[in-house]
Amino acid sequence: MGYLIIFISAIFVNNIVLSQFLGICPFFGVSKKISTAVGMTGALTFVMILATLVTYIVQVTVLIPYEIEFMQTITFILIIAALVQVMEIILKKISPPLYQALGIFLPLITTNCAVLGVAIMVIQKSYTLMASVVFAGATAIGFGLALIIFAGIREHLDLVDIPKGLRGAPIALVTAGLLAMAFMGFSGIV
Amino acid sequence: MGKNSIIVLKGVLKENPIFVQLLGMCPTLGVTTSAINGVGMGLATAFVLIMSNTVIALVAKLIPDKIRIPSFIVIIAGLVTIVDMSMAAYLPAIHASLGLFIPLIVVNCIVLGRAEAFASKNKVLPSCLDGLGMGLGFTLALTLLGSIREIIGSGKIFDFIIPGLEEYKLLIFVLAPGAFIALGYLIAIVDKLRS
Repeated sequence: MGYLIIFISAIFVNNIVLSQFLGICPFFGVSKKISTAVGMTGALTFVMILATLVTYIVQVTVLIPYEIEFMQTITFILIIAALVQVMEIILKKISPPLYQALGIFLPLITTNCAVLGVAIMVIQKSYTLMASVVFAGATAIGFGLALIIFAGIREHLDLVDIPKGLRGAPIALVTAGLLAMAFMGFSGIV
Repeated sequence: MGKNSIIVLKGVLKENPIFVQLLGMCPTLGVTTSAINGVGMGLATAFVLIMSNTVIALVAKLIPDKIRIPSFIVIIAGLVTIVDMSMAAYLPAIHASLGLFIPLIVVNCIVLGRAEAFASKNKVLPSCLDGLGMGLGFTLALTLLGSIREIIGSGKIFDFIIPGLEEYKLLIFVLAPGAFIALGYLIAIVDKLRS
């Protein structure tokens, strides 16, 4: 039951983009087409679960026993950067089609603050290892959900007559605001 | 006007990281529920920007090209840790309300962006000034957005109640949707003023 609550709340109630404001850059950057949004979501889910798993283990087995928790930021960002690089190499070797699909998004993920954010959040919330993985997976799904809905809306925005001053970034932000308002409707279900 | 003041002003106005380059949106939207949070986050980022630009300009020639980006990230992460610990010690209230966004300065695209685009190619003094300009531009944008959201959303400014306005506050502006909408219109207005 506990896992289900973490799962639902990470996707809908505390959506990573629309209520926590993490991962805004890729949210605006790759949301012009639905197909790229799907690719980004796939790559992110992969990296986020793996990164959370590794950083959690490092935190428990290295940082806490040696009392060097202040090294958390440096350690985590290095782990994430290295992980993305390694994954890129492995993926290229074992599954070229998957690499073709996700490849271009992988380097972008290092600078996605959602990955580092989730890694730090699960430590702050003192989740167990299993709960952390569920949280990471659900957060990535929540990100994907918001991203794909937003990409769908933006595809339609191209056909709409928008006031000149609002074209481009401003209308995208206002749209995201309305989407965030819709997601606020979920608050209270958990 | 001297060459140095042009570099500083460029970051504040012409190439403002938020309004013009649209970089570093996460903290911009995330922490600006009040003006004071905006100032705190802006100054913390500005400090990291100035220091990282200076340090990277100093060591850029010593770092092999291939490991450039990871090295920059380590330097930035070290500086962010300094800011994080100093703020926790001296400004615990602001540190608590900014929370997760302090360690996340590491992945703020502005910091790495300036390191890569400016500091790695220029001398120490211009790099330092570029960091100062970008940092001030970022602080200005965050303070402006924070003030707007605080005035409309809670009828206050820097925690001082504005008489008469408090009854008409629109709570939505302090919540998540207000952040997106306020920034959207602010960018549109700044765009209009620039052209």
